[in-house]
Parts: sequence; C-alpha cells; structure tokens
Amino acid sequence: MNFALFVQYALSGITVGSVYAIVAIGFNIIYCTTGIINFAQGEFLIVGAMTAISLAQVVPLPVAILGAVLITTAFGALIELVFIRQVHNASVLRLIIITIGLSILIREAMLHVWDEQVRSLPYFTGTAVSTVTILGAHISPQVLWVLGVSAVIVTALTLFFRYTTVGRAMRACADDRMAARLCGVNDRWMVTLSFMLSAGIGALAGCVVSPITQTQYDMGAPLAIKGFTVAILGGLGNSMAAVAAGLFLGLLEAFVVSVLPASYKEVVAIVVLLLILVFRPTGLFARRETSALRTA
Amino acid sequence: MRTRLAGLWGVLIVGCAVLFSGCEKPPEGQAPEQQVKEKPPAAKPAATAAPIKVGAIFAVTGGASFLGAPEAKTVEMFVEKVNQAGGVQGHKIEMLVRDSGGKAENAISLAKQLIDEDKVLAIVGPSTSGETMQIKNICQEGKTILLSCAAAETIVNPIASYVFKTPQKDSDAARRIFQTMKDLNITKVGVVTSNDGFGNAGAKQLADLAPEYGMTIAGSETYATTDTDLTGVLTKIKGLDVQAVINWSIVPAQSLVAKNMKQIGLDVPLFQSHGFGNIKYVQAGGEAANGTIFPCGRLLVANALPDNHPQKKVLVQYKTDYETRYKEDASTFGGHAYDAMLLLVEAVEIAGSVERDKVRDALETLQGVVGTGGVFNLSAQDHNGLDQNAFEMLTVKDGQFAVYQK
Amino acid sequence: MKRLCIHYPVLAAAVLVVLLHLVLAATDKTFYMTQITMSAYYALVVIGLCLLMGYAGQISLGHAGFFAIGGYTVAVLTTYNLSPYRESTWLGSLRSLGLIVQWQDLYGQEVLSLSPWVAFVAALLLTALIAVAIGLPVIRLKGHYLAMATLGFGLIIYRIVLGAKLFGQADGISNLPAFHLVGGLQVNGRAPFRVQNYYLAWAAVLAAMVLSLNLIHSRVGRALRSIHQSEEAAHSLGIDTYRYKLATFVLSAVLAAVGGALLTHYNGSIGPSEVTVMKSVRYVAIVAVGGMANLWGAMVMGVLLNFLSLRGVFGSFDDAVFGAILIGVMLFAPQGLLRVPRLRGILFVGRASSLAFQRVVRGCTTYVRRSHG
Repeated sequence: MNFALFVQYALSGITVGSVYAIVAIGFNIIYCTTGIINFAQGEFLIVGAMTAISLAQVVPLPVAILGAVLITTAFGALIELVFIRQVHNASVLRLIIITIGLSILIREAMLHVWDEQVRSLPYFTGTAVSTVTILGAHISPQVLWVLGVSAVIVTALTLFFRYTTVGRAMRACADDRMAARLCGVNDRWMVTLSFMLSAGIGALAGCVVSPITQTQYDMGAPLAIKGFTVAILGGLGNSMAAVAAGLFLGLLEAFVVSVLPASYKEVVAIVVLLLILVFRPTGLFARRETSALRTA
Repeated sequence: MRTRLAGLWGVLIVGCAVLFSGCEKPPEGQAPEQQVKEKPPAAKPAATAAPIKVGAIFAVTGGASFLGAPEAKTVEMFVEKVNQAGGVQGHKIEMLVRDSGGKAENAISLAKQLIDEDKVLAIVGPSTSGETMQIKNICQEGKTILLSCAAAETIVNPIASYVFKTPQKDSDAARRIFQTMKDLNITKVGVVTSNDGFGNAGAKQLADLAPEYGMTIAGSETYATTDTDLTGVLTKIKGLDVQAVINWSIVPAQSLVAKNMKQIGLDVPLFQSHGFGNIKYVQAGGEAANGTIFPCGRLLVANALPDNHPQKKVLVQYKTDYETRYKEDASTFGGHAYDAMLLLVEAVEIAGSVERDKVRDALETLQGVVGTGGVFNLSAQDHNGLDQNAFEMLTVKDGQFAVYQK
Repeated sequence: MKRLCIHYPVLAAAVLVVLLHLVLAATDKTFYMTQITMSAYYALVVIGLCLLMGYAGQISLGHAGFFAIGGYTVAVLTTYNLSPYRESTWLGSLRSLGLIVQWQDLYGQEVLSLSPWVAFVAALLLTALIAVAIGLPVIRLKGHYLAMATLGFGLIIYRIVLGAKLFGQADGISNLPAFHLVGGLQVNGRAPFRVQNYYLAWAAVLAAMVLSLNLIHSRVGRALRSIHQSEEAAHSLGIDTYRYKLATFVLSAVLAAVGGALLTHYNGSIGPSEVTVMKSVRYVAIVAVGGMANLWGAMVMGVLLNFLSLRGVFGSFDDAVFGAILIGVMLFAPQGLLRVPRLRGILFVGRASSLAFQRVVRGCTTYVRRSHG
C-alpha cells in the first residue's frame, strides 16, 4: 500500500470516526448527568438532518441548519420533559426499555412525516464531484467540513464544561447529584439541559455529514450502536476518550476494508463492542468511578 | 410426580390432536381442489357484479419501502382505472393490498390469509426476492397465481406452474452491460454490489457471464445495504486499475458510489444495474451521476421514444397518470406492479373466466402484451416473458435520463 | 398433591385451547389457526425471555439470535442435499441408522438429507453450546452493558446469516421438508395439517409452561427471585448467583431455539428478517407488557400481539405499536398490564374459575374414591 492509498483510507476512517465520536459524546453528556444511556441518540442526528433538508427548501442553507439545530434541541427538551422526567426511581432496566421505545417511536414518526425517500443536504462548498487533494489522497471538501465541525464541537464543549457556570453545574451533577443539589444547582433542569445539548450537537453533526452519507429515516439505530460502542470503548463518561475511541474505530473499519472483503466492515464494530464488554467494560481509558458498575 | 403429571397433560393434548386431526382430515385433505372448485359458484355471473378478488403483498414500509410504496400506489391507480371502465369481463376488481414490511414471516402469514381466507384469484408481489422465495411453495401448493415484482432468477427457475415474475432477467441486464462495455473496448472491471438478494444475484450473474464477453472482473466487493460511506470499498477497487466500475444494487446507497468515485478520483465509467431506475437516485447523486450508463426499461425515457415505438403509448400513459396523481416521479419499480396487473387482466380476458386454473393457463399463452418493462411473451417454459430487448441502455445527462448513444 | 395447584392453570389453558378450536370450527374460521400456530411458536421465545428478564432479572436484546440459531441449523441440515454422496460408505451407514430421509422437493428433484429429528437435536445442542459460550463472559455484566452485549450478539448472528452463502444470504433458506414426529404427526404448514399443527404448537407451549412453572416454584426459582430482588443479599446467603443466572440464560436460549426450529418447519423457510434488532425488541416489549415476572401474562401477550401483527392488523404501524407499548408500559404499568389494578378483575375471574375447577376435580376424585371403597 503506497502512502497516498494509506492516507485515503486514513481520511475515510477519520471522517466516519468523528461522526461516531459526536454520537458518543452525546451519550456521555446524558449519561454523566443522569446515568441513562439514551438509545435514541442516533435519532437526533437524523431528525436534525431531515429538518434541515426541509428548511433548506425555503431558507438559505446556514439558516436552515441553525433552525434545524434549534428545533432538534427543543425536541430533545420535549423528550426529557414528557418521558424521562415522569419516571421516578426507575431501575436501569426500565430506563433502557424506555429509551429503546423512544428510538422506535421517533423513527416511525419520521417515516410518516417525511417518507422513506433518501435525501441529503446540498454540499456546503462545492458539489458532488468536487475533490481536494491532501497528501496525495482525494477527498470531498465536505470531509473537511465534517472534521472541522467536529473539532469545533469538541472544543466548544470542553470550554463550556470547564469555564462556564452552567457547564460546571452540569459536571457537579454528574459527580454527585445530591451534593450538587445541596449547593443550589437545579438538578432537574440540568437533566433537561443535558438532553438539549446532546440533541443539539447531534443535529449539527447530522447536518454536516448529510451530504456525504445521505439521510434516510432509519439510519439512526446503526449510528447509535456504533456511537455506544465508541462511548464504551473510551469509557462511559469520558468525552475526550470518546473522541480518541471514535477515531480509532473509524480507522479500524477503514483499514479492515483494505485487507478483508468489504462485507466484514459491519462486523468490526460489533466484535469490538463484544470484546470490550467482555474484557474491559470500563473502557480503554478507565476511570475508578465507573469501575463500580462492573460486578465480580 | 411432576414429570408424570406433565406426561399426562402431554398425552391428553396429543390425544386431542390426533382425534381432531382425524376428524378434520377428509374435508381438509381435499381443500386445494375444493377451493378451486368452490370459486366458480361464487364468482360466475349468477350475479354479474361479483368482484374478482386479487391480493397484493408489498413492502410498503420497512427496509424495502422504496420498492413497495410505488408498487402499492401503481396497483391502486390501475384498479381504479379498470373499475371505472367497467371492470374485467363484467367483474370489478377488488384489490386487497397488504403491507408485509419487507419481512418474510409477515409475507408468509399474509399469503396464507389471502389464499385460504380471501380465496383470491392471484397475488401480486411481493416486492423482494427473499419474501417471494419464501412464499413460492405456499402459492404453488395453494394453487394460487403469484405474479412477483421481485427480480431474482430463482423465482422462475426452476419453474413452478403458478409462479410468474414481471421484472426483467438479471442475466439479460448483465449481458447488455457487458456488450456495451465490449463496444467501448473495456476489458477489466471492478464490481461492487449491495448485500441483499438483488445485489447477490447480480454479482453471480456478472461473474458467470464475464468470460463470455471477454471481461475480467478484477475485484468484486459487497457492501452493506445501510452503508454510509463507500470510499473504502472504492479505494480498494481503484487500487486494482480497473477500466470501469459496475454497481449492482437497488438500495439508496447506490447513489453514494457515483459520488464517492468522483471524490476519490476514480475517473472511469460507472455502469449501474436496472435497480437504478428512479430519478431520485440521480438527484441524490448530483453532478456525479452524469454519465452513468445502465440498462433499464424504457419508462424513464418514455417521452423521448419515437412515436411509432410499440411501448410509447403505454409508457407515457402510465407516467402521466402516476405523476399527476401522486406528485412524484414514476419509477420502474412501480412499473413492475403495473405489468403484473396488466398480465393478470389480459389473462382473465383471454380465459373468459375467473377460475384460477383457467387464468393460469391463459397466462402462459400471452404473447405481445405491451407493458412498462417491455413486451411480454410468456410460455410454459418462460414465466417471465422478457428478453434482452426489454432493456434499453440509458444514461444520465444533466441530471435527466436519456437514451445512451455510443 | 399441593404441587398440583400450580398445574391447574395449565389444564385450564388446555381446555381453552380445545374450546377455541371448537369455536373456530363452528364459525368456519379455522384459517385463524395458521396465525395462532405461528404466534404460539413465538410465545415459546417469550416464555424463555420472561424467565430470564422477570425471574433472573437479566435483560436480553438479542434473543432473536437464539431463535435464528435454532431455525437456521434445522434449515441447513434438512435441506442440504447429500445426493452427490449417495455412493459413499458413511452415507450408507447413516442411512442404516435411520438418520437420513429421502424426499422429493417441489420441483420433483430427489433429495437426501439429514432426518429432521437429527437436525432438531443438533440445533438445540448448538444453541446450548453457544448460549454457554456467550453467557460465560456476558452474564457477569450489569444493566446497560448486558443490554449492549446481548444486542451485539444478536447483531453478529444477523450479519452471519446475511453474509454467508450457506445460510442463503438475504433470501434465507426455503423448501424445508415436514418434520415427522411420532405416528402420523408432523410439523407442517400445509392446509391438511392445520389442526394437527395447532395442537402441536400448543402442546409445545404448554409443555414449556409446565417446565417453567415447575422451575419457578422450586428451589431454583426461589433462588432466582432472590437474585432478582437483591443480588448481594442472595450472594451472601450462599446462592451461587452466577451459575443460576447462566443456567437461566441457557434455558431461555434453548426455549427460543425450540420455537425457532419448529416455526421454521411450519413455515417451510426462514430468512434474516427473523433475526433483526427489531424482533428482539419486540420480544422484550411483549414480556414487559405481559408482566416481567408473569409467565402467563407473557405467554398470552406473546400469542395475542404476534397474532395481531401477523394478520396485518397493525398495518404500517407495526413497529410503532411495539415502540409505543414499550414506552407506555414502562411509564404507566411497569409491572405489566395484567397487574394493573383495573385489570385485577380479569385476573380475579381467572383465579376464581381456577379455584372452582380445583374444587370440582377434588370433589369428583373424593366421590370416586369413596364409592370404590
């Protein structure tokens, strides 16, 4: 394999990897504040992309994307208020089942609102045939957008959690909800905010990746599974690790294609998931707090 | 004590089973013939307005909805038109459309319902090869005509007397592609297919027929139907120095092939299969779709056909009707359902009756029936009726379908 | 004699099954039996899952995978044509052992394949093996991790059957022969055997119910319930929680495989659509709505919901209905619909009639005993 080919595969891997990473970060945000794994995370990306596509027919593209992000954020808040908040003292089993049910309902709702057709947003810059050359590899300019937007999201979130009051309040909730409450943090609103944040970044990621992957109503579930794999790989709750894990999984998938038949690509993520769960459920970059979830 | 008890209940229940099955056997045993014999009294013009029941199983929702939804709409439109014109042989058609969701077990259950309960004359559909193969036996044994809208060769080969299909043969599509390539002096190709019934069948046909046209398949890769990024697969193909790429799939992911090819700089001709027959795929592919060459039924270029072309009238009529009514572009998928209904109606006209057996026999005698997929010539050995001429080589120019000129 | 009281509901159910047949025959609607039979086989999966989720407290989002292992094994082994090896010695010895059957397929071709009994036993053994292999590392996980691990398992099985030519890839395997049991009984979907198969399916379901009821009313069952309530407490009392959970996992997997194998013979085919994530989620939804720890509720709901779904009653909203059920049940009736106070009435009637039935039987036996001195 020459260098150009290597870079080609690597770029392809990093592109999908960054989408997985965003989904994983969405998982982590909600998990940290509430302990819930939101199986409907993948749907947020698709809802965002579909809304943007519909809006893009009436308003210019940047406005459409902004509108889609806002609408999906509100949608995330709605989900939390209507469904999650009603459940008190729920067991883990119950919450898992609720979010699974949610992901199914959202998907079916999307089917009936927008039909089964495949759509995509127009390319942000250039067209379907534009290509840029980097280190000998040819990629679409949209790939650079994906990488750029992902980087911006990760940086913005890090800054948010570290330097803003709200961000720090959310981290406090994640660490110890009762203690945060005693310090005057409105933990219920932190939960809603975590859903809103997850939905928002999901929508943005969905929009930016829509031109290259196309969007169809049922693409949410496979994304959620891969995102969850990445989240566990990095260790639940650890967002920076999620980024690294996402890129790792993306690269792994891309390079597997180069040696094995392409039909094995889908199996890679599942095998990684099972291996991690069996051997190291706390993730590659384990934290002591989360190791309590593992039984003897 | 417990096991003895369980044994007792087991014996009791099994005993009941034997008893009751013994009681029921005589009438049930003759059921298939009984059903066929029972039909005439119900349907024969004692009351001339007795409607003909025709069943349809389509994947209106679910993973194959891009096939089933247009098929269901087409059938609805067709039946309305026929009924408005007075029906067939004086009978109106009562269409029972069922949604299988693309799931084979639902198709099995619905097929049994349509055959045993509704006692339909024929079943149109299903939309996918997988479902068709799983109900093929049921329809054959239930002596109900099945007009499948799925493309797999195995549906009509080996032949089951009651099972027919309307989409063109995969092998013919492969032949047309290879012939066109030969005319362009292409000898080395890369093949990518989707991992479903249609894609797998296509991969097999391409591999089998390549030597006949002097083609070498340098690499054949399969991608998942839900794949969102094919740059990896295509990079692999690029590394094999191919002169053209054939993509054989029916799922929306096929638009990605065109785009990804251009984006990674794989600048060779792209050939698609007849699964590309929907303008939406062209739109999804944007500029990258221009220049794609593929064999297809002439529906997509209906308006560009010469006026004396035998298919033009039917095609233009269907296209206009469908697009006016449903406000979306007609696709060849819906056309397969149209052809199925057309064949059925023609057969009933020729048979002059609505008995399953007579209509089945009439189906095999149909010659020169002009449908959307081509001109059908059925026989006892050919339950599809289309040959290579059903295909026209098409291409994409400026985002529109056009006839391919060398 | 005390143990008998848990079996009365099974007898009552058997009576109901017979009654249902009579009603259907009288109203000339025996074709409903097709969907009832199919639903009964799905109910086998649900019963197993109920044991796992309700009594052992373990979630499994991949149970369709075990169903598929059972079904596909049976399908492959009974359709693989051994005719090319007609002359070989090992085939001859297998034939003399009675393990090979010869039959004609739909197109008149002679087929020599393994006997369905051999295939059935092989399917169960294979499932048990795989369940142990998967269960060993996975059972020690908790909550989300267990859910995702089982989901991953289901997905791998899906990818395998979708990708391998041996399993027919996307088209699945069809043209299965009938499964001849004892005497003239056979598992077969054709119309003449409809009533027979109705009873066979229900026999399987009620046998599974008897097995499960025995299990939960035994020491093992009580151990399971204590594990579900509080694993640490159970552990501290000396219960080997890990072994019990693993055993339940394997049992539920084998039950699912039985359902899969029998349904595959009944349908005459199997395809990848039986192994999707949505199928596994459906089974979970059915257990949830029937009541997590309510075997009868799970079975009834299993038959009912699958029946409605197979008949197309839910139309295009099939998946949406199950999603709504999941959410609805978890939000409003986490103990399952049949525990909701309003529905207690129905349960009460059921209980009352069961008690009345017990009294009648006891009365009769006493009378018989007395009159015969």
